[in-house]
Amino acid sequence: MRVAGFAQAGGTLRAVLGAGAIALALAGAAWAGARAPALDAPRGDKCVEDAATMRRSHMDFLKHQRDDTVHRGIRGARHSLAGCIECHANPKDGAVLGSPTHFCQGCHEYAAVKLDCFECHASRTRAAQAGPVRAP
Amino acid sequence: MNPVDTGRRKFLGATAAAAGVALAPGVLLYEIAAARPPGLEASRSVRWGMLVDTTRCASGCTACVDACNREHGLPAPTRPTDAQWIRKVELKDLRSGAVHSAPVMCQHCAEPPCVDVCPTGASFKRADGIVLVDRHTCIGCRYCMMACPYKARSFVHEPTAGQKTDTPRGKGCVESCNLCVHRVDKGGTPACVESCAAAGHQAIVFGDLNDPSSEISRRVQAVATTQLRADLRTDNGVRYAGL
Repeated sequence: MRVAGFAQAGGTLRAVLGAGAIALALAGAAWAGARAPALDAPRGDKCVEDAATMRRSHMDFLKHQRDDTVHRGIRGARHSLAGCIECHANPKDGAVLGSPTHFCQGCHEYAAVKLDCFECHASRTRAAQAGPVRAP
Repeated sequence: MNPVDTGRRKFLGATAAAAGVALAPGVLLYEIAAARPPGLEASRSVRWGMLVDTTRCASGCTACVDACNREHGLPAPTRPTDAQWIRKVELKDLRSGAVHSAPVMCQHCAEPPCVDVCPTGASFKRADGIVLVDRHTCIGCRYCMMACPYKARSFVHEPTAGQKTDTPRGKGCVESCNLCVHRVDKGGTPACVESCAAAGHQAIVFGDLNDPSSEISRRVQAVATTQLRADLRTDNGVRYAGL
């Protein structure tokens, strides 16, 4: 009886997990829907990875590469924060922060994830850095 | 932002290359040879260093300090606690009255005390001898500031703004001269060296101390140079001539 009870519980667990997976898939599909944040259009037509991979893993790419660059001095790697900014900055002010349509800020507000890269890193393109300094 | 004018870039690039070959072929070839290809890590066979000739360094000139602030987006210091990566020091011999002026910055020691005391590994020496702070792991304890015999390090007390792409910097971390590592990795020279030459003094020479044919090695072999506080045996990468 006890064994059967376990099997039954396992079946319930599987059902719950299945429902969860479907809910996650739907949430993923909602990205393309009306609730997705309206963000500045990127420059160029191709990112370093496809959009779904970038949404899921950009923080891992950046974290992996930062140690290679800072400690071992490896330059010119595929994933770089400066590279993100050069393409995704707002064409007018050259920034990825500033309003809910700016690329990094807009998406992080939508996802409710704290964004602290730019407490140290420049949030503007090289070209825009000559302009007036943005308040911290 | 305007689209990049590639035609103009190519023209300027070609002109600069032609001018470089025509004017200073040795210098240009050396710079190309020093540029590390992307994807390759810093080499252990290189030891970057600087030689400051105090007889050429002009008293009152702050070209190197200004260039450093510009290059790294540092605000001009207004308080004693503000970040300062390079400073001008005047030395006066009381007996003879002789005055020497010299820039002092991180000495990029071979045996850096700041690295010894760092509890997190944020203060580290790169394979090519450049001493850096990894701000991702710096907890702002300031042990390194106390360990440094040259007062080369600063703590950032206030929120920062106007950072440069190549120099991330933020509140709560310690920072110091990074030997313009972003320029060096591209085969360039630090901003202070460039500005000193542009100001007509050429008091700072930058190069590879391990390469016997480099200008810095030849100068170090030819004239008497000193490392600051050589008694501490930190084996500094920055040397001074004329002190």
